[in-house]
Amino acid sequence: MKQLKQIILYGLLLGGSALFLLPLIWMLSTALKPIEQTMSMPPTWMPYRLYAEWDGDDIPVVLGETVERPTDASEPWVLVRPESDPTAAWRPIQASTLTKRPAPRWMNFINAVKAMKHFGLYLKNTVILCVLTVVGTVLSSALAAYGFSRIDWRGRNKVFLIALATMMIPFPVVMVPLYCLYRSLGWIGTLRPLWVGSFFAGAFNVFLLRQFFMSIPKDLSDAARIDGCGEFRIFWQIIMPLCRPALMVVGLFQFMATWNDFLGPLIYLTDQKDFTLALGLQFFQSQHGGTEWNYLMAASTLVILPIIIIFFIAQKSFVEGISMTGLKG
Amino acid sequence: MTRGERHNLRTGLAFVSPWIIGFLTFTLYPVGVSLYYSLCDYDVLSTPIWVGALNYRDMLTDEIFWKSLRNTFYFAAFSLPLGMVVSLLTAILLNQSIKGRSLFRAIFFIPSLVPVVAGAMVWIWILNGNFGLLNHALRQLGITHPPQWLSDPAWTKPSLILMSLWGVGNTVVIYLAALQDVPRSLYESADIDGASSIRKLWNITIPLISPVIYFNLIMGIIGSLQVFAQPFVMLGGGGPNRSALFYAVYIYQNAFDYRLMGYACAMAWVLFLIVLLLTWIATRSTRHLIYYAGE
Repeated sequence: MKQLKQIILYGLLLGGSALFLLPLIWMLSTALKPIEQTMSMPPTWMPYRLYAEWDGDDIPVVLGETVERPTDASEPWVLVRPESDPTAAWRPIQASTLTKRPAPRWMNFINAVKAMKHFGLYLKNTVILCVLTVVGTVLSSALAAYGFSRIDWRGRNKVFLIALATMMIPFPVVMVPLYCLYRSLGWIGTLRPLWVGSFFAGAFNVFLLRQFFMSIPKDLSDAARIDGCGEFRIFWQIIMPLCRPALMVVGLFQFMATWNDFLGPLIYLTDQKDFTLALGLQFFQSQHGGTEWNYLMAASTLVILPIIIIFFIAQKSFVEGISMTGLKG
Repeated sequence: MTRGERHNLRTGLAFVSPWIIGFLTFTLYPVGVSLYYSLCDYDVLSTPIWVGALNYRDMLTDEIFWKSLRNTFYFAAFSLPLGMVVSLLTAILLNQSIKGRSLFRAIFFIPSLVPVVAGAMVWIWILNGNFGLLNHALRQLGITHPPQWLSDPAWTKPSLILMSLWGVGNTVVIYLAALQDVPRSLYESADIDGASSIRKLWNITIPLISPVIYFNLIMGIIGSLQVFAQPFVMLGGGGPNRSALFYAVYIYQNAFDYRLMGYACAMAWVLFLIVLLLTWIATRSTRHLIYYAGE
């Protein structure tokens, strides 16, 4: 009975994991295939190359038509020619003598980057935005969270309730007025609308950091105050270093949000050279979608990869941060 | 107010000032302006013209508005409960004493980190009617004519719901943290009483993590009614027969394709009211079911 339970448990976990991972594996597999293999029936997981004997050598070949051979009707014959020489004449060979060998096309990544034209600029814009928004969010949210947690001032809790309430407002409500505001400032078509706001503390991050700040004993600040330490110094030299894990979480979440943001760039950016990776990827798909699946998947892989690498580096912060949002909510 | 209190008020406000400035500029001002625009005819280029409640009245007869609302409710009505059940069950599985737990957790979590646009690309490919992985699998199972997921109006919304389940990892981690806080001793005493696994789930686990379930419900309502990027990227302007024209996508179209800024704002306000109403209903109807350890 106990064993049966274990088998079911691991079966479900393995099956579920497979379902969750397959889309990403399929993406990578497609990204490494030549175009004709992306649409082959039945699909193959491992990108391959065909090899055949050619003048005594075993070389990669391109497959041509199937041909009839009256001498041996049961065995299909196919036309092949060397991959390296497109001018060579096709030769018929027995299909069963062809061999498949795994051959991922890493060149697809380079070709996809070239096909996207401004990939380098997209990356640069995205990184600039990530750096600016992470710095802005961490600094401004920490300041505000400090003011909401470690200084007692009249009306503090009422103001904080207002801050919490703003989280309920759906973005579409402020979307048009913000667009008009940035337009009157002449900021449409620049990166500015996408980062300036981050220097003015969003409620969610303030809330997260406030929870953390409150868990630090009050005596610590009081002792420093008695020693004549100014409030900003207490914040900067005592509290901030103690809150490194929470600041990491906020920075990490902001990085992800900026990297992933689609609606913001879609609304505010007009010139292709200012696009972010997310918007650039969508732009590429709208132009080349439905044909060059291998390049589209290679480009998608490149957009996803940094996030996955960061996840493995900062796994602990991710999990702690997400648990924090749920538990304290 | 004593001197100390005044000093505290000044320093407090100084620290909070980034938020105050942000609140005034990026929340209060746009919210007010949005309400005003919603009562105007406005195309960005010329000055707004006051039209009273006309935009709101137009909505009543705008069939596309109703369609987008129905589509959005359809999506939310399936993706939210399904997502909550799948994520809770996954979390319970991951909370068993198993080998390689952190690896499994990472596997379930990673898809939720995938940037929406990139994830949409992957799913466009998987759901491709002819060469997509899903239809290959279905043909293997003997379904000779699997659905054209993204080009058949009947299947666009189920496609997006399926895809939304792929991203539940985030919620799984939240549930997992909550499950780890449930005291072991409760299960041990239940074991002594000979309670079955299902009883333990229903009478111990679910009540004890009910605040987190409630939290995920509210976040789910807010999120699923505003879903934008997936349908926008995968199905352009709403897909075949506008079958995947979601509310937020229609707001975007009104604002930036048709330049009907007033109408877009009015729609946004209706969305806000729907979110508030549903949150209120959810809060009212679950209040007596939620267990708070402190009380």
